[in-house]
Amino acid sequence: MHTHAKTLSEAQLLKRLRRCFQHGDRPWQGILITISILIMVLILAIGWMLWRESADARSLFGLKFLLPTSDASWDPVNDHFQAWPFIFGTLLTSLVAILLALPISLGIAIFLAELCPEWLRLPLNWLVELLAAIPSVVYGLWGIFVFLPLVVAPVGQALANTLGHIPGLGLLFTGPMPQSGSSRLGAALILTIMIIPTITAVTRDVLLAIPNHQREASLAIGATQWETIWQVVLPYSLSGILGAVILGLGRALGETMAVTMVIGNSIEGTPSLLRPGYTMASVIANEFAEAVTKLHTQALIEVGLVLFFITLLLNMIAQLLVWRVARRTPQEARA
Amino acid sequence: MTRFQQLIAKNQAALSTHRKTVNVVMLSLTGLLTLLALIPLFWIIGYVVYRGGKSINLDFFFHLPRPLGMAGGGVLHAIEGTLVVTLLAAVFAIPPGVLAAFYAVRNPNTPLGVALRFSTDVLSGVPSIVIGLFAYAIMVKPMGHYSGLAGGVALAILMLPTIIRTTEEMLKLVPHALYEGSLALGAPEWKTSLSVIFPAALNGVITGFLLAIARAAGETAPLLFTTLGNERYDIMGIIRNGILQHQSFFQIFGRLVNQPVDSLPLTLWKYAQQPYPERIDQAWAVALVLMILVLLINIFARLWIETRKRRLQG
Repeated sequence: MHTHAKTLSEAQLLKRLRRCFQHGDRPWQGILITISILIMVLILAIGWMLWRESADARSLFGLKFLLPTSDASWDPVNDHFQAWPFIFGTLLTSLVAILLALPISLGIAIFLAELCPEWLRLPLNWLVELLAAIPSVVYGLWGIFVFLPLVVAPVGQALANTLGHIPGLGLLFTGPMPQSGSSRLGAALILTIMIIPTITAVTRDVLLAIPNHQREASLAIGATQWETIWQVVLPYSLSGILGAVILGLGRALGETMAVTMVIGNSIEGTPSLLRPGYTMASVIANEFAEAVTKLHTQALIEVGLVLFFITLLLNMIAQLLVWRVARRTPQEARA
Repeated sequence: MTRFQQLIAKNQAALSTHRKTVNVVMLSLTGLLTLLALIPLFWIIGYVVYRGGKSINLDFFFHLPRPLGMAGGGVLHAIEGTLVVTLLAAVFAIPPGVLAAFYAVRNPNTPLGVALRFSTDVLSGVPSIVIGLFAYAIMVKPMGHYSGLAGGVALAILMLPTIIRTTEEMLKLVPHALYEGSLALGAPEWKTSLSVIFPAALNGVITGFLLAIARAAGETAPLLFTTLGNERYDIMGIIRNGILQHQSFFQIFGRLVNQPVDSLPLTLWKYAQQPYPERIDQAWAVALVLMILVLLINIFARLWIETRKRRLQG
């Protein structure tokens, strides 16, 4: 090819070159593809950097870093680190938040998708989404000075007095509730408010994507509107709702500032919801800039690595679930 | 009434009262839950406006912080820092974001296109604190010091998914006939994309940028250990000194971005933890500024996108 081209005249060569580049379309495609691949590589790069930067901590502490223990130590002075209290705090607050947020979000999504009059739908959508637009530090500030003392402290006290006495379950509700209200319960409740928009938005979209003939068939055989929603619409959209819940869970696990401001930031042995705690994100936020020893930094990065892997996994599952529902009914989707 | 509706009506008459009650109770419950979720929204907005409004004044915007006990200090350093960091982030994130959106729009079903959209969605779920750690590892550690630049990189990664997704949505709304028309006139694909499709979608795309920027401006976690904070950050001072010392443009720019800077959310976080009432008051004022910024951009962007969608979809 190359030797052949040499014998051509200059004009022919130029023409051939132009065709080869297709008037600049080849380079354009090349740029687009490169950028797209780079964005995909970004996720791998995040994982790889965190993996590399936590190498010493990983080899030194091994699996003991993650495993549950009753007397975990996080001791920057003696360079001994175990992350279980943070993992526990993250899981507990996020799960409680999901349990509380799911029924509320489901209700809102049903109202928005099935019942709401047309003129009210758009403003309500916006309002719920504004809840997600408020910066996390503003939630935190409001949490410290308004929500904790006015809502969380009395609720926590009441829980300690009632549920705290039940054997078994009472472990989660042993007091004393701190006067300030700073506790895992406070974090869980703030998280609940913050993830409601996420779960609601996805669930609403999933419900709207369900073909109308499903509803009509159910109404036609005499079901009430609620029975239609409960027995037809919700089972039909189950995997999408599951995806929404997992997305919300991912959001809750990674939420940093608001949680850091209300959870009290202390490493305590008790598993109680009513005591101050720590989460993975909040320990990084609190200690990273002040970490002095190399191992302390590495241990914090390893906590970040764990957080990254958990959220990555959850997000992938959630996206697949939501996509499945969305793709199942593309043409029949209601506007 | 159609025959179908008559049938439903007949059936409904035959319902047992129990089923009717359950129906009414559950349906109204969903409405009540919606109201319940809106309580915190109005509570937060109302309280921030009340507390922030009490302590906000002009000094707040135009002065650097003063030592405790001295009146008239402000958060100019944080306002400037937020501007610098978010602008840097926008410059880093917008070009690749737009190009990726072009690819996603033209190739929605190729393996790479599906993978791109999937990883965009996954990237948007990566916790912001983890992105902060990443920016620390690739910027702060090699450079050896905290800087606005590192914060810009962190926020850029955070903005990228939003930019790609909103740009993609807006590009999709451009009628296909425009694309075909341009190609039929002999314009190559890149020229069609950049000078026909992109201008047609520009208003919506810019709205998307604004949404992403508003979101990034309110982020704290990725900045904690990338920009760190700097109470003496003063753009005008740096520029004045630079000119007096006959520094080149690049040297001055370098000094602007290559040192620790502060930002509004970071300042809020620090002030909220201090035991001094003045600082707490200023934290509320910062919260008010942040919230107004974010809410205004959100409301206008959504209004704009909605009208545009209506117009294009007919």
